[in-house]
Amino acid sequence: MTPLAGYLLVAALVFSIGLAGALTRRNAILVLIGIELMLNAANLNLIAFWRYGPHPELLTGMIFAIFSIAVAAAEAAVGLGLVISIHRHAHTTDLDATNRMKG
Amino acid sequence: MQETISFTPFLSVSPIAEILWLIPAVPMIAAGVGALLKQPKRKAAAALAIGSMSFSLLLSLVAFVHVVAAWAHGAAVRETVNFSWIQVGTQFGGGQVDLGWVLDPLAAVMLVMVSFVGLLIFIYSVGYMAHDENFTRFFCFLSLFAGAMLGVVISNSLLLLFMCWEIVGLTSYLLIGFWYQKPAAAAAAKKAFLTTRIGDVFFLLGIVWLFAGTGTLLFYNHGAGSMEAQALTGLLAQHAALGLTATGAIALLIFAGAAGKSGQFPLHVWLPDAMEGPTPVSALIHAATMVAAGVYLVARVYPLMAAGAHLTHGGMLLSGTTTALTVVTWVGAFTAVFAALIAVAQNDIKRILAYSTVSQLGYMMAGLGMGGVAVGMFHLITHAFFKSLLFMGAGSVMHGCHDEQDVRKMGGLKSVMPFTFLTYAVGMLALCGFPLLFSGFWSKDGILEAAQHWSVAKTPFYMLVFGALLTAFYMTRQVSYVFFGRWRGHKTAHESPAVMVVPLGILAFFAIALGLIGTPAWPWFHAFLDDRAVSFDIHGFMEPGLVRLMATSAAVVFLGLGLGWMLYGSRSPQAEEPDALEKSAPMLWGWLRDRLYVDELYGVTVIAFYAWWARVADWLDRRVWGGAVAGVAWGFGLWAKLNRFLDMNWVDGSFDKSCEELGVGGGLLARIETGRVQTYLRILALAVVALVAILIWSSRA
Repeated sequence: MTPLAGYLLVAALVFSIGLAGALTRRNAILVLIGIELMLNAANLNLIAFWRYGPHPELLTGMIFAIFSIAVAAAEAAVGLGLVISIHRHAHTTDLDATNRMKG
Repeated sequence: MQETISFTPFLSVSPIAEILWLIPAVPMIAAGVGALLKQPKRKAAAALAIGSMSFSLLLSLVAFVHVVAAWAHGAAVRETVNFSWIQVGTQFGGGQVDLGWVLDPLAAVMLVMVSFVGLLIFIYSVGYMAHDENFTRFFCFLSLFAGAMLGVVISNSLLLLFMCWEIVGLTSYLLIGFWYQKPAAAAAAKKAFLTTRIGDVFFLLGIVWLFAGTGTLLFYNHGAGSMEAQALTGLLAQHAALGLTATGAIALLIFAGAAGKSGQFPLHVWLPDAMEGPTPVSALIHAATMVAAGVYLVARVYPLMAAGAHLTHGGMLLSGTTTALTVVTWVGAFTAVFAALIAVAQNDIKRILAYSTVSQLGYMMAGLGMGGVAVGMFHLITHAFFKSLLFMGAGSVMHGCHDEQDVRKMGGLKSVMPFTFLTYAVGMLALCGFPLLFSGFWSKDGILEAAQHWSVAKTPFYMLVFGALLTAFYMTRQVSYVFFGRWRGHKTAHESPAVMVVPLGILAFFAIALGLIGTPAWPWFHAFLDDRAVSFDIHGFMEPGLVRLMATSAAVVFLGLGLGWMLYGSRSPQAEEPDALEKSAPMLWGWLRDRLYVDELYGVTVIAFYAWWARVADWLDRRVWGGAVAGVAWGFGLWAKLNRFLDMNWVDGSFDKSCEELGVGGGLLARIETGRVQTYLRILALAVVALVAILIWSSRA
């Protein structure tokens, strides 16, 4: 097993844990945590492919990951803001209770 | 025949010429403001009109003094301000139409006359129209009319002149039909508008031809204008039909327009009917300004009229005249006698004056045709003063006699209305050409003198002398009926207010005084217009034949006055009694009373043809064009019905079905939209798993 495959397996595991969390939890904050896990799994993949790819001397993968983390931070801020405003509005963070946005 | 007038061009334009456009603009603006005034604002309306007219008079006087001063220093003024108006394509390729205004002796003289007489008439109108409920509207129209007329005077472009000319036509329509509640007034307004329109069509043709031939409509443009030698030489070389050169043809077309406005035979019929308008309108339009516009136009395009007068044509020397000028002369002389004859047998005080105006306009045209600009224009200026005096005097008489217009129902007014009588007598003697004292004598004498020396024929001279006899006769008849004898009316007459008689006095003064500037001994006016030096020289009377001519004309005037006095003045006829002439020659009298049947002739020819043509057009409209339109409409209706059938049964069916299917599909898809975020996420995850499975499956092979 190459080191790359090991990283990819770990990333796939983290992604699956995150997806399971996001799909199964009722609490919006826990869903957000699951999404963060999935994002970090993707970041791990980016770093791994860069490190074991054809041009490890270029900083492309690193920069990509840093951008991704920055975007994730912004997404977390927006997500938490949404959760807070939903809580203010509906006095709950239970996602099953907030099902009014449909056509 | 005078020589072609040569002017020293002023290349730099004086300040007064720069602002010359204000003279017509200010009354026009006053008219615009006056149109916004409400009916009860009578004082404001009158003040606005009179104020604007005073301003124009002031500017005109400044311009006049400027021109006279320059002339006295030996440099005749012809200052033009031109500007480009629009670009058009001509046979020379791209051309442009220029507009502009001109200040020269001709324009300066007319400016002062129009604004001065106009101002007096405005003031007189305040009294005359005092009881009219549409007082503000009247002054609005008057200002617009005066502005347009002043515009005609200063135009340096035939096109700008034509524009103002048409505004004059419009306002004359509005003013003649001012009392539009009277059917006769409305009909007279229409008649005036349509009759002058006939002349204007020819005028417009002449304008277009001139523009096509010379590429410019400016009169004077430092050598490049259409009235200057270069353009005229070019036009002279072109031949139109019937042996006319292009200049002759264009000049005749323009003269047709002038004949319409100036009431020359055969387009004179509108002028007597136009007496239905208020009397100040008659004085303004039909004595001083609008009818003079035609004469002024001929004077303005005189270089065109006279072009080629000194050239040999087809091996024959044309001896100082042209076809156009000959036509002008004959039409003028004929109109002068024709209208004077009719005036003899009219009973309406204003109608007599109207026919007299037509006759005098004939004199002016004949004077232009035979004697040149100065001769015709001098009669125009003197006539403007004494004829507006007569019209306003007639208005004063009518005002005093409670709107009676029939001279047979007046009489003896000389003691009741002494001031009106005095001024009216001055105007009447000036019109008759009473020797030596009155302006009319000198201006008419100038025309007769020119006629005597005319090289083509002597007939116009005898016609004009006969016209002078008739003029003295019919004016004596009118004055005898109105002011002498005993009162034949119903209510008692009274003198008019000061606001009406003071302008009469001023005009009467000028009816006498103007003669001083045009006598043979001191022909100041002629010299001014022709740009010659002038000095007082009693030997002016010593020209061969002049004294004899003056004696002849004086004898003719005295004969006319004597005949009139013998028949009408020496006794007091009854109102119902037949006229003195009618008793001796009833048939001739009947013809003259019925205006020589010109209107009736037009009624059975032109108007009958027009009515017939209107009926044909009506029939065509109803049967042919109407039928065609109805057929097309029916076809379209049929086509629409077919379309409707197809739409409902075919297009709509398939469209409705597809809409229904879309609705059902949407309903099905809407079921997965639960609103639960995690359901969506779950579907997304399943889709990703399915996608990955497909990718792995496909890459395996």
